[in-house]
Amino acid sequence: MVVFMLLGVSIATALALKAFNENMMFFYSPTEIKAGKAPVEQDFRLGGLVVDGSVRREPNSLTVLFDLTDNNEVITVRYDKILPDLFREGQGIIARGQLNKEGVVIAIEVLAKHDENYMPPEVSDALAKSEGNKE
Amino acid sequence: MGEFFYMGGYAFHVWTSYALAFVVLFINIVGPSMRHKRNIQSASDFQQHNGTISDDT
Amino acid sequence: MMKWLHTMASSAWFYRFSGKVIPWLMTLFVVLFLYGLYGGLVTAPADYQQGDAFRIIYIHVPSAWMSLFVYIVMAVYAFIALVWRIKLAEVLLISSAPVGAAFTFMALVTGSLWGKPMWGTWWSWDARLTSELLLLFLYWGVIGLYAAIEDKRTASRAVSILTLIGVVNIPIIHYSVEWWNTLHQGASVTMTDKPSMPIEMLIPLLVMATAFKVYYAISLLIRTRAELVEREPNSKWVKQVIEESNHG
Repeated sequence: MVVFMLLGVSIATALALKAFNENMMFFYSPTEIKAGKAPVEQDFRLGGLVVDGSVRREPNSLTVLFDLTDNNEVITVRYDKILPDLFREGQGIIARGQLNKEGVVIAIEVLAKHDENYMPPEVSDALAKSEGNKE
Repeated sequence: MGEFFYMGGYAFHVWTSYALAFVVLFINIVGPSMRHKRNIQSASDFQQHNGTISDDT
Repeated sequence: MMKWLHTMASSAWFYRFSGKVIPWLMTLFVVLFLYGLYGGLVTAPADYQQGDAFRIIYIHVPSAWMSLFVYIVMAVYAFIALVWRIKLAEVLLISSAPVGAAFTFMALVTGSLWGKPMWGTWWSWDARLTSELLLLFLYWGVIGLYAAIEDKRTASRAVSILTLIGVVNIPIIHYSVEWWNTLHQGASVTMTDKPSMPIEMLIPLLVMATAFKVYYAISLLIRTRAELVEREPNSKWVKQVIEESNHG
């Protein structure tokens, strides 16, 4: 009985750890993709920040193009579904999809990652203003 | 008031979350209370039939 | 005989004591819960990025905290039950599991309801979400194992061992957001660092978390009372309880 339970729990743990690590492996930065490290004709995940002013929408469709950067290289992503509400310039984004011949990632999923900070809009405006004053 | 229920467009997500909390919290009080009542009842029936108190449990 | 007296006494004492405490806890819970609801839904400002969807935090985070807290408490009961064979610890252990499962379920579902509009997905197999799901399975495993074994002393022993084995999952859940590159963000409120939200957002969260803790105590006590009566229907103290309720 105890052996059975131990076995069950350790298998579950091993599977979970394996899943995490695989997720890590298929995660590429724009720099790695530019260096040709991303797989061909296979889904992979790309993480980066949305470049300011890079979001362009194709007229009369949901399709949107935007650039992701790791502050080194830039990769363009094309997506034709509804973007998450947290999607905005400067936001951390994880896109899943494949690279096409032009070096654009055709995403089938776009996820927005947010940080642990919460604040009311007035505070964030005030923060932005004081940052601006410093510069 | 309407604005309050609208929740900035997130009415479904916010209210479903709070409703779920109500339901789950309610169930986990009422369910065990009813079980307690049932157990007392069956213990009472059991003791009336037997009349004696045994040492083992 | 001494041991028998000891356990009988503690069951009887616990039953009476909990009967007196529950109404007080209930009042405390209702006050805290209503205040938490008002604070979270009305007085707390909307978030600068997430707007009112942020308000899900007041259910999601206290539930998630409780899902871990209840499990840690269960591990303590499991240890006591295994080492000292105290019956009351066994009953407290098994009575905690459904409450823990309920909190875990709430954390997962409200997280999903929050993740869909914000992240863009109901679910992701990231480390935080997967390990929390594993916690739900652990709770269900404890409940199922206990139900499957006829003799409740044997069942308690098995459940105690399973609970202690499952403890490894707790630090994994807690540190998952630091150890792995998860979709889930890091903790906003920790014991050591300054919380990353203003006070008017934080207070309802802490009040709600306290309300949930009190709630756990209430649900646990009611379940434990039911379980004690079920385990010892023929005992002297249950007979006395029944007599008192008939006369009262």
